[in-house]
Amino acid sequence: MNQSPAPVPAMAEQDHPLDSLPGDLMIWVLIVSELLVFGAGLLAFLGVRIADPVAFAQDQDSLNRVAGAVNTIVLISSGYLAARAVHSPNKMRLWLSGSMVLGLVFLVVKWFEYTAKAELGIGIETSQFFTFYYLLTGFHAMHVVAGLVIFALIMRWPNPRNLEGAAMFWHMVDLVWVLLFPIIYLVR
Amino acid sequence: MKYQTQKIAYWYFLAAMILFAVQVSGGLIAGWIYVQPNFLSELMPFNIIRMLHTNSLVVWLLLGFFGAAYFLIPEEAEREIHSPMIAYLQLIILLVGTLGVVVTYVFNLFHGNWFLGMEGREFIEQPVWVKVGIVVAALMFLYNVTMTVLKGRKTAITNVLLLGLWGLALLFLFAFYNPENLALDKMFWWYIVHLWVEGTWELVMASILAYLMLKMTGVDREIIEKWLYIIVATALFSGILGTGHHYYWIGTPGYWQWIGSIFSSLEVIPFFAMMAFSFVMVWKGKRDHPNKAALLWALGASTVAFFGAGVWGFLHTLHGVNYYTHGTQITAAHGHLAFFGAYVSMNLAIFSYAFPILRGRDPYNQVLNMVSFWLMTGGMAFMTFVLTFAGTVQTHMQRVLGENFMDVQEGLGLFYLMRWGSGAAVVIGALLFIYAQLAPRREVISQGTGEEA
Repeated sequence: MNQSPAPVPAMAEQDHPLDSLPGDLMIWVLIVSELLVFGAGLLAFLGVRIADPVAFAQDQDSLNRVAGAVNTIVLISSGYLAARAVHSPNKMRLWLSGSMVLGLVFLVVKWFEYTAKAELGIGIETSQFFTFYYLLTGFHAMHVVAGLVIFALIMRWPNPRNLEGAAMFWHMVDLVWVLLFPIIYLVR
Repeated sequence: MKYQTQKIAYWYFLAAMILFAVQVSGGLIAGWIYVQPNFLSELMPFNIIRMLHTNSLVVWLLLGFFGAAYFLIPEEAEREIHSPMIAYLQLIILLVGTLGVVVTYVFNLFHGNWFLGMEGREFIEQPVWVKVGIVVAALMFLYNVTMTVLKGRKTAITNVLLLGLWGLALLFLFAFYNPENLALDKMFWWYIVHLWVEGTWELVMASILAYLMLKMTGVDREIIEKWLYIIVATALFSGILGTGHHYYWIGTPGYWQWIGSIFSSLEVIPFFAMMAFSFVMVWKGKRDHPNKAALLWALGASTVAFFGAGVWGFLHTLHGVNYYTHGTQITAAHGHLAFFGAYVSMNLAIFSYAFPILRGRDPYNQVLNMVSFWLMTGGMAFMTFVLTFAGTVQTHMQRVLGENFMDVQEGLGLFYLMRWGSGAAVVIGALLFIYAQLAPRREVISQGTGEEA
């Protein structure tokens, strides 16, 4: 074989398919990782449910479906406002504030749901169903908090690229809720 | 060698290789005790030999990491190490501590003394005075390399390396916290043991791998850094909460079973990414680097780490499986291949790369080095299979059929004999490797002789 020439900066010139993704590559790595975790959690939930459908249905009936439905609308609307913030730079703060207010509303509703359960003496160790309920919705709520913190940072130090990343993160939080709500609250 | 202070690494690597020899010899003796349980029982009981085997492993890997940092940071930061004197003093403290540990363990000195005696928690058995020495040495090291990086060029490789090294030093502080409650004791113990090997050490490994790929394949730094960030992000994302896979049966709440199962399953991703990274870089890079042995070790490390840490880890990480396999030879199989692949091999890769440069000569004894790679890797792979079979049989007899632990052990004799044989191959490989690094040159693979690329 012939001797290869001096070091070539491989792949440097050509466009990599990943470069055409909107936002930073790392936010996609995070989004995919999050979807894997929540996806695995939901699959495990459905798997364990097969073993004891009656107990799962009973526990599910004690959930507040109206609160869940309200929160679904709230979070999707919040996602819409975040998208508007990305597309209208002059009114970015206005749209983002609206998105954050709805994010807070989501957390308040969630808080009422949790306290109502706590008053009934229901906790994470109560049953398999509630272990999953608290793990999945709890992790999700932490992501809502994280999203609000990120939005607050963007309001303080605006930057289009970071705003795009933050909005992508927020849509992921939306998407996860849209999967959690039917599977945990509704599916019989 | 571009920078004079890179020479510091030579002494760290040398000390590491001596301890490497001690470690594998200890393993060989411990392996024989499995075959003949009363071997050396009066002179040096199994628990002492096992401590020497595991402790010397950890110390030499750390010495290798420190050496790697002293070797690659000057080139990355484009300046000499802040203070070579501190670096050598740090090495002396670590070696005195190691010697103290060996003497304390072997003769069981100062038994029960809170400061001088052995502490008895697995892997962090070191007497308190040695732990203090380790912290002092770590602080000196961090000061030294951080000052160097702060004053010089900052690259993704040094950032990730420092993040890993700072993290591992800070987590070691939990060695001083030993709660009375056994569940809490174990919970914090894993902050060191797990968050080292499935967190901070992974960062160190990834940055050394990235450095080797940068030097040996000639691929653009920008591309290498992108991979490095993805590896680091997925390692921390999965590894931190992956700690939960140690919290299944120690008295921690039940929800850890799901947190541990889900997050630790994802720990395979960074290891897969490291393997993909190293092979893609070698394919894309057009450079024909003369140090074939170092490249072989780097590719081997990422591959064996994927199987040892990733696949063999996943094998028993789900709590439904672990309920049966916990603490059987399956764990031993995983532990051996994971440590060998991820950390031993990556260290040997950077030794193989750096030694010729540090000694100012061509990469000699390549064939010998590569023979040692196949001997060690083959031996370790065989050992892993043997222990996996032993663990499967053990799980069935002991956990499913409910037979007595010692009765089951009697039935595993043949596996233990084969494990010892594969261990002997590893020891021979290790000695060959050390010889290949230190002994005067014999054969060179270079243009025009035999293995022309």
